[in-house]
Amino acid sequence: MEQKELELLKLLERNGRLETEKIAQMIELSTEEVVAMIEKLEAEHAIIGYSTLVNWSNVLEYEGVTAMIDVKVTPVRGVGFDKIASRIYRFPEVKAVYLMSGAYDLSISVEGKTMMEISRFVSDKLSTLDTVISTTTHFVLKKYKHDGIIFDDDDDTDKRIMVSP
Amino acid sequence: MMERGFLAKSVEQLKPSGIRRFFDLASKMENVISLGVGEPDFVTPWNVIEASYHSLEQGYTAYTANAGLLELRQQISKYLNVNYKMDYNPENQVIVTVGASQAIDITLRAILNPGEEVIVVEPCFVSYAPAVTLAGGVPVTVSAEADNEFKIRPEQIQEVITDKTKAIILCSPNNPTGTVLLKEDLEEIAAVIKENNLLLLSDEIYAELSYDDNFVSPASLEGMSERTIVISGFSKAFAMTGWRLGYACGPEDIIAAMTKIHQYTIMCAPTMAQHGALEALQNGEDSVREMKTSYRQRRNFVVKALNDMGLSCHLPGGAFYVFPSIQATGLSSEQFAESLLQEEKVAVVPGNVFGESGEGYIRCSYATSLKQLDESMKRISRFVHKFS
Ligand SMILES: Cc1ncc(COP(=O)(O)O)c(C=O)c1O
Repeated sequence: MEQKELELLKLLERNGRLETEKIAQMIELSTEEVVAMIEKLEAEHAIIGYSTLVNWSNVLEYEGVTAMIDVKVTPVRGVGFDKIASRIYRFPEVKAVYLMSGAYDLSISVEGKTMMEISRFVSDKLSTLDTVISTTTHFVLKKYKHDGIIFDDDDDTDKRIMVSP
Repeated sequence: MMERGFLAKSVEQLKPSGIRRFFDLASKMENVISLGVGEPDFVTPWNVIEASYHSLEQGYTAYTANAGLLELRQQISKYLNVNYKMDYNPENQVIVTVGASQAIDITLRAILNPGEEVIVVEPCFVSYAPAVTLAGGVPVTVSAEADNEFKIRPEQIQEVITDKTKAIILCSPNNPTGTVLLKEDLEEIAAVIKENNLLLLSDEIYAELSYDDNFVSPASLEGMSERTIVISGFSKAFAMTGWRLGYACGPEDIIAAMTKIHQYTIMCAPTMAQHGALEALQNGEDSVREMKTSYRQRRNFVVKALNDMGLSCHLPGGAFYVFPSIQATGLSSEQFAESLLQEEKVAVVPGNVFGESGEGYIRCSYATSLKQLDESMKRISRFVHKFS
């Protein structure tokens, strides 16, 4: 991939709302070229969406819990883990699914309003799937950092003196 | 009894830096966006901080060898060799100092006899001329001109050489102009230096931050390593200004003389900082590359914004400064910087504090968040348009 495409992707990954004009100036392209580049990357599914990172624990009315669940499954001849993964990731409460090396096979992240809701998902939906052998559920107590961004980094003030040589 | 002045004349006569005055003005105000900061906006990479913590936990709280940890000197030597084709023996050609600042000081003190002259190429870092004076020498300034992208012409150096000239100080990538001297530029200058048997102090503190061309050290040119002291450090590329750690490399006899001064006046650079620096050299490459990319992107943004509003500037090849002309406004550098601060709360440094040829220019540091840069460009543009 071209160097400028990589730069563009990294800029957008860090700030999906960065204006096209600004990106253009920063990577020395015209605005039109940047627009075209973004369209191309979208078409190639290198860019698959734009989202906002919300720290829900700072949203007063919001109640919610997240759990990380380790899942052991029996792989199926011909499709390996992909089939069972797709059965799992289609549930809307499932936010992430990864195939893992090591002690278990799939790592999934689930969000719900209450712990009850998540336990119900695990007992009713997840562990009843044919190939699922076992599940281990870990509830998240606090998010410190997500996708490279530190939550509650309250002291990000500029500590430099105002004018220096 | 007659009042007795206790101060040394050399110090009393030293002019306070123009930077200081601006610092005083700006720090009294609130909500100022500062483009006046001569240091990175990044915090030191975490692995470096962690390595320094670890060294303290391990009990490395004592002095090191005068010239610095041998292991660090070995890494410095390797780093300069791999990146810039320089060749220094870590045993006797490298000294670890308290910032590049101290390296400059002890180099000058090691080489100057009273009255010997040192050529200082302006616009430049504010410490050179005072450091020469304090070391008993006489600074002789020459002005790099805007029409040559602030590159000094070899003839200009030749013109000021006398039989008292001992050395010349060059800085590329440059503070405040951002100008990078290319190999061809350096070769022409090196010819004059060799012909006149001068010593070169090459301030390479911004070496890693060269965006368009690979950095070339004059010390790597034919016949120059024996007459060059390379001054560098960790402040800029590794975002370690507050650690106060730098180094100098050069001919054995000069490094030995510098180590003698260092041994009597400093003992050694801070041990915990040296352990951090070791980690920076061993595992800092990715962080430096990332910071460099970010500076380059911001440079492009700022240069375009300034040119668009009529403050013309060349595309500076390195460091994190742009040096636009403000002559279109009809103001002096100081008037411009002062009014901009009062009216729009943006702090920049007037170019004249870096030398006479900086008059008519201002230094803007782009080591500040994109958001702040964007806002400051809007404010400067509004300010400038009052004059057109
Ligand atoms: C050109 C130049 N040389 C030297 C220094 C001093 O660096 P240090 O922090 O290593 O003393 C600076 C810092 O602003 C600089 O800009």
